[in-house]
Amino acid sequence: MGGLAHTIESEGVPTTQVSLIRLHTETMRAPRALWVPFELGRPLGAPDDAAFQRRVLLDTLRLLEAASGPVLVDFPDEAPAGGMVEGWACPIQLAGTADADTPAGRLAAEIRRLHPWYDEAVARRGRTTVGAGGLAMADAGAFMAAFLDGGVPESPLEGVAPAALLKTVLEDLKAFYLEAIAAQPGGAAGAGQLADWFWGETEAGRIMLDLHPVLSGHADERLKQLGLRLLVPRSQEHRL
Amino acid sequence: MARLEDLPETLRHHIATLECATPDSDPWVEGPPLSERRVALISTAGLQVRGDRPFEAGADDYRIIPGDVDPADLIISHISTNFDRTGFQQDYNVMFPLARLHELAAEGAIGSVARHHYSFMGATSPDAMAPMAEHLAGLLKQDRVDAALLVPV
Repeated sequence: MGGLAHTIESEGVPTTQVSLIRLHTETMRAPRALWVPFELGRPLGAPDDAAFQRRVLLDTLRLLEAASGPVLVDFPDEAPAGGMVEGWACPIQLAGTADADTPAGRLAAEIRRLHPWYDEAVARRGRTTVGAGGLAMADAGAFMAAFLDGGVPESPLEGVAPAALLKTVLEDLKAFYLEAIAAQPGGAAGAGQLADWFWGETEAGRIMLDLHPVLSGHADERLKQLGLRLLVPRSQEHRL
Repeated sequence: MARLEDLPETLRHHIATLECATPDSDPWVEGPPLSERRVALISTAGLQVRGDRPFEAGADDYRIIPGDVDPADLIISHISTNFDRTGFQQDYNVMFPLARLHELAAEGAIGSVARHHYSFMGATSPDAMAPMAEHLAGLLKQDRVDAALLVPV
């Protein structure tokens, strides 16, 4: 981020930025930056808190009026503790969702069980972040599970390589689950709690963890890199 | 939470040891008061409009986010699994504060909002993105932008 700012400012356009990793911003000498102590993924601090977002935004923009630089200022406040619920437990029990005795069958049943809640989430929020992969969720689940045996299933999308499609499908599945759970009564929780639920309690999370050894040793280099670097978040690696 | 000491150990190590070159110059461009500035958002969250090409590993280019984008069409194809996406799912402004920016323009706190905004995918090294960023600076000037607001993920 600091590198981009440096380049753009060098080309004659004034820049200012939010900084999440102070160390990097300092090292790269971004012209103007406001460091914020927020979670990665939430640079404005808190969703659905316009007043707080506005403060962060204005503090960042006002750095444009600094007399000289580089200038790196610390935002004084933590993000409001939105969503963290003590003792939170997922309101829906997904274990044993199906008589199916294969991962793919259990995943398909899980997706069916979550779908009405996902639809509710889309209706309530008026938007969804699912869709980069372009597959319906049932097809996305089947496509992911088909990698478990070490093979490479054919891509259902013309012109999209299986490894590239798998990456977007993984993110679509996670977004589908997390949007669905947020719509359920009692589904609101902190980001860490939701991640623990996905990786610890769902069949989809289980399959992604099981894909780690399969992909990490794969003969296909793109799948291998996906398995090694882009599959399991570092905060969940203890489950491997 | 984005204090290094609060991150999982392996992620902390990864971030702390990433190679960041210190540049040998400090560019500084002056401009008018904030209330007269035209502001463009530049994100590194791997944002794209639904239907646009997803980012892939090593992508050094950007996606265009029109200023009048329907928020229902804003999605992410960043390759990293190490940042929270539930905040964005709930409210895109926590990652890409376009509605807040329009509010500031309507109040007169800033001059105006650019016609186009942009997103890179921050897993690519800044050096690799530099040629595209130089090209982007030219586009920003054509849109009379005199405040590029960069937002990481």
